[in-house]
Amino acid sequence: MSTAVTENQNQDAQQPDAEGGQSIPTYDIVLQVRRYDPEFETEAHWDEWKLTMYGTDRVLDALHKVKWELDGSLSFRRSCAHGVCGSDAMRINGRNRLACKTLLKDLDLSKPITVEPIKGLPCEKDLIVDMEPFFQSYREIMPFLVNEDHTPTGERFQSQEDRERFDDTTKCILCAACTSSCPVFWTDGQYFGPAAIVNAHRFIFDSRDQAGDMRLEILNDKEGVWRCRTTFNCTEACPRGIQVTKAIAEVKKAVFASAL
Amino acid sequence: MANSSRGTLYRGQYGMWSWVAHRITGVAIFFFLLVHVLDTALVRVSPEAYNAVIATYKNPVMGLGEAGLVAAIVYHAFNGLRIILIDFWKGGTKNQKGLLWGVLALWVIVMIPFLIRHLSVVFGG
Repeated sequence: MSTAVTENQNQDAQQPDAEGGQSIPTYDIVLQVRRYDPEFETEAHWDEWKLTMYGTDRVLDALHKVKWELDGSLSFRRSCAHGVCGSDAMRINGRNRLACKTLLKDLDLSKPITVEPIKGLPCEKDLIVDMEPFFQSYREIMPFLVNEDHTPTGERFQSQEDRERFDDTTKCILCAACTSSCPVFWTDGQYFGPAAIVNAHRFIFDSRDQAGDMRLEILNDKEGVWRCRTTFNCTEACPRGIQVTKAIAEVKKAVFASAL
Repeated sequence: MANSSRGTLYRGQYGMWSWVAHRITGVAIFFFLLVHVLDTALVRVSPEAYNAVIATYKNPVMGLGEAGLVAAIVYHAFNGLRIILIDFWKGGTKNQKGLLWGVLALWVIVMIPFLIRHLSVVFGG
């Protein structure tokens, strides 16, 4: 009972605020979404909605508004909706972004906002793609600690410098924004792709790990690190700000050094 | 754009377009080399045939084509060095944009004197 009372009090407290000139500004946007339903069509098409959104809204909020109020058949993935789970990577205005981290006010609203599924992975419906090829590459680089020593009773100690060495690549959330921004991956689905190399980098340069050489061997392949053409699309697309191309270059150098 | 049945082009930035230009110039240079090997090989057939083929190159259209060829080679060469720096120089990935401006600056510096000399020969008779 007491909880309900508190909620009511909060609502009462907010009411005058919303009316008292402190309301959030709204604006009209045009949202264009690339739709595809394999049950009814062979080719994708564009759907367009005019929406009134708040100044604090993100692209994900616009998609929610469409799905919840206008067209429930719109399909897209999202879980946490706060840039942590990596479910809602999509191509917004031609670039890979997380819908939950892209504020509408940061986009050019004089033109329609285009939302498409990420490229290079088979589209299953609307904005949902089959992520299996992506995770297959991820699994192949052994994304887990390999250490044959006796299991210590406490933690495995590591100096701050050693931890710093691979800090950047620990941030990956496996959203596939990098891999599906890579022109090489679009045309050659066999390429491991930036995300798999980033996650290999995370263990290759971890002083506690002992399988670095195996991972370098896996990536010293025709479809491994040498496929990277340094277009920097991945670095630009990463929602976590990982210097992806730099990580790939470091793995290239490590492969090179291990072969000498 | 959205009215068409096709998707939009990926809006990559400097890195992607420098790579596209690198690929296009590379393929163009490859086809030139193919023809170049053939026409140079003609000298083994007969020097007269070789001279006859080379003489057909001496017209303004081919002259402009040669200017384009040199432009492609100069870009491809300097950008190739940029890619090597990105892969092997520690600060390469961080400075890739600056390196690209360097490539374009070098390209302009090399092309201006070449074009002055080349075009004055082609169009100067």
